[in-house]
Amino acid sequence: MSDEFFVHPYIPNSVPETKRRMLEEIGKESALDIYEPIPERLRFKGALDVPGPIHSEAELRRHMQGILAKNASCAENLSFLGGGTWQHSVPAAVDEVANRAEFVSAYDGLYYTDMGKQQVKFEWASQLGELLDLEGVGLAFYDWGTVTGLSLRMASRITGRNHVLLPDTLSPERLAITRTLCGPEEMPASIRVELVGHDPATGQIDLDDLRAKVSDETAAVYIENPGFLGSIEGQAEEIGRIAHEHGAQFVVGVDPISLGVLRSPGSCGADIACGDVQSLGVHMSCGGGLGGFIAFRDDDPVYASECPLILFTILPTEKEGEFAFAEMMEERTSYGLRDKGKDWVGTGAGLWMVAGAVYMSLMGPQGFREVGETIVKRAHYAARRLADIPGVSIRFGDGFFKEFVVDFGGTGTTVADINAALRERGIFGGYDLSRHFPDLGQSALYCVTELHTKNDLDALAAAVREIVA
Amino acid sequence: MTAGSDKTVKLRDYRSAHWDEPIIMEMSVPGERGVYVPLAEPEVEGLVGSDADAFIPAGMRRTQPPALPELSQHQVLRHYLRLSQQTMGMDLASDISEGTCTMKYSPKVHDELCRSPQMAELHPFQDDETLQGALQILWEFRTILCAISGLDEVSLHGGGGAHAAFTNAAVVRAYHQSRGELAQRDEFITTMFSHPCDAAAPATAGFKVVTLMPDEMGYPPLEQVKAAVSERTAGIMITNPEDTGIYNPHIDTIVDLVHEAGGIAYTDQANANSVLGIARARDAGFDACHFNLHKTFSSPHACAGPATGAYCCTDELAPFLPVPVTTFDGRTYHLDYDRPQSIGKVREFYGNVPVVLRALAWCLSLGPRGLREVSEISVLNNNYLMKKLLEIEGVSMPYDEKRRLDQVRFSLQQLKEDTGIGCHEFQERQIDFGVQSVWTSHHPFVVPEPFTPEPCETYSLEDLDYWAETAARVCREAREDPDLVRNAPYNQPIAKMTGLEALEDHDTWAMTWRAYKRKHGLAGP
Repeated sequence: MSDEFFVHPYIPNSVPETKRRMLEEIGKESALDIYEPIPERLRFKGALDVPGPIHSEAELRRHMQGILAKNASCAENLSFLGGGTWQHSVPAAVDEVANRAEFVSAYDGLYYTDMGKQQVKFEWASQLGELLDLEGVGLAFYDWGTVTGLSLRMASRITGRNHVLLPDTLSPERLAITRTLCGPEEMPASIRVELVGHDPATGQIDLDDLRAKVSDETAAVYIENPGFLGSIEGQAEEIGRIAHEHGAQFVVGVDPISLGVLRSPGSCGADIACGDVQSLGVHMSCGGGLGGFIAFRDDDPVYASECPLILFTILPTEKEGEFAFAEMMEERTSYGLRDKGKDWVGTGAGLWMVAGAVYMSLMGPQGFREVGETIVKRAHYAARRLADIPGVSIRFGDGFFKEFVVDFGGTGTTVADINAALRERGIFGGYDLSRHFPDLGQSALYCVTELHTKNDLDALAAAVREIVA
Repeated sequence: MTAGSDKTVKLRDYRSAHWDEPIIMEMSVPGERGVYVPLAEPEVEGLVGSDADAFIPAGMRRTQPPALPELSQHQVLRHYLRLSQQTMGMDLASDISEGTCTMKYSPKVHDELCRSPQMAELHPFQDDETLQGALQILWEFRTILCAISGLDEVSLHGGGGAHAAFTNAAVVRAYHQSRGELAQRDEFITTMFSHPCDAAAPATAGFKVVTLMPDEMGYPPLEQVKAAVSERTAGIMITNPEDTGIYNPHIDTIVDLVHEAGGIAYTDQANANSVLGIARARDAGFDACHFNLHKTFSSPHACAGPATGAYCCTDELAPFLPVPVTTFDGRTYHLDYDRPQSIGKVREFYGNVPVVLRALAWCLSLGPRGLREVSEISVLNNNYLMKKLLEIEGVSMPYDEKRRLDQVRFSLQQLKEDTGIGCHEFQERQIDFGVQSVWTSHHPFVVPEPFTPEPCETYSLEDLDYWAETAARVCREAREDPDLVRNAPYNQPIAKMTGLEALEDHDTWAMTWRAYKRKHGLAGP
């Protein structure tokens, strides 16, 4: 073993006497003897140039708290940032369950030992299925961007076609991930990604452009509801009809917290739905709260067959009325068939299913209805207060849910300058759209949730008014 | 079995919690409420009206409320706490069982830090000046991984190990594209004992995959590698040590062969538990590698995520990394989006920062000596457990190479031939003694009747003896009373599963309660 004495609280067998006895048992002089299979030429000779150790937990805590103290958070500032992760209320009971050691430390325990975890995931899928009006739900994975790309790849396999249509108002992040997943066009197996224009008055899909671009070569038409720029797509059913007329799959991205007041993807004719579960009881954590989902029709087994995510089914046990939960169609995944499997799957966002199951149970139908109504009303209140300010206007009309585009073009001030001035007042202004959506000029994406009170919204409006005056 | 510790191994009379908890949808009582959300103030309604539907296009209003359960708060909490008790979890049990997963202790102080508002309530689009702590965490951990891998640059975007493997496939794709060689280089090479994602990720990125098989030594012979590389080779994605715990001693020659053919060499170090400070990817010639921060670097597995696959590469590949890249000018930290050759993105924002926080804190608690100690103890633990398990009649270790690092893929083939009890029956009986269900193998089962324990540095000598004794007990029962093993488990939250045909049967499988009710004729009017 290494020469210096070092007993670490996370390493019980670092006690010298224990090591000695274990080495004796296996007939070795030192642990380095066990490293014999690594040729000498490949051994690292020096000491790693890494900091530490910080021996005591108290000092480690103090050190890390010192780093974290350099952050300014949305807890002590008033934030209007959204665009893919959002500050919603997380009930204390959600954290209580999601922080349980059993769930935090569980991994791949199977059907008996981790039966409780499997039931929670089934209840998560079941409740999400009710919000979405879809019977098939895969286990959560990475983020909305990834599941957008994977849903479109799924549609491509189902139809045998290699062309997908997406709205040009799509989140730039999700579009970039989708492009990475669909591959460059010079590769034979790539999927061609084409954007459909929008109506500048409403932000909704330009149906004429869609009709011009969709064809019998199209694998999928994808929309988001609500869209990245906030607009609710009122033509969802019609878009689904157009997709189906051409034999294409209709894929709908959705923020599930909207589904107490917005019509579900399933009822709009979606074949596949995807989105992110972060809004369902998960803290933002600087982007660490994301969890993508894919849901689909189950009237045809092709959807489950082509879904790359892990799927669980409910099963009976030998005891009457008791249930078990087990992975179904296991072989089709990358774990079953490696490179011949459906794309890939792996460790993704399991704990957020635990949080989401508790969140949805606490909210119930009434809670979802109320949170949706509160968000819509407060978001519109904020938009109207901002629009009262000279030089400030709201783009795309009033058909939005929690996010909306605020155009500061008439103020002669850039979003960057406005946001810098807002920060000085303890406010994080909306996401600057000028880089990704230059056509919108000096506009920002504002997000209002149930956490913003009327006074918060008045404070925002007052601050902006003062800054642009 | 003789224990290495002084204590006699006494198997626990384990009993799982068994709450007989219904599906939550069945517990609903119309009208009950679990939580109230804020309602719009009168002044808000005064300005915008009291009808939220007025802002929703007519065809998009929800008319049918979702059929979610209606329950009061304690009823919900109790239900899920009971289900937590029916989940073994590594904090309570011995997760030596979950080999290839590197189940190690995740220090609680890390969770405390992650739950603080300065971490949990950050939005990734905040201005850099308000995220200096988060960016410092990313930067400092990047620097540590550069030291551990010997490579030059790091991307922490990947949401899991397989995501880092996909990042590699996309980076290599962009690299060859930038050189005008993408059309020619359409093949990735991997080995059968590398993780399945090392085959699946390049396939998803559009490449053909060539899989090398092990010979009698347990790894592919060099002749097979030579035959596989060509002007069509885009790269290789290889685990070392592999799932078997065998270290391929020709790894640098394999890398040279790939390089000579113009390919990129990547090693999957999801589980690097045996090589911290012992062997670096760069020293074997690799251009890239990845680490799972939820394995080697202590972040908890969390029911399968959130997680991080940290991708490391040379300066030559760095221009292709996903945006943004964290930078440091000596005073402040920034997010750099201005990288014209970037592959774009693989994940929204820039990674699971809390997972990186845990990994950084863990490294700081250990320092260079401690990191090396982690690896030394993990191979010592494994070699000790290996000796104990090989003393059991019916357990064998395939391949002529008999040396192992962090884990072993054992075989119960002999036990199966002698008693009819194979790895699945073994697995379902062993759990009755309070250890997690043992990992068999990735597919396909190249080793017959496989099982793969991995005793990380977390486990004590007593833990190792206990695990070995449970295995010995089940093998003994297999010989004395095979039906006892075959009918297991007995001490679990549920009785034995039946109806397994539903796993492949569209008419009966049900991923949701609504599907179950419809398919089993329980749906209401």
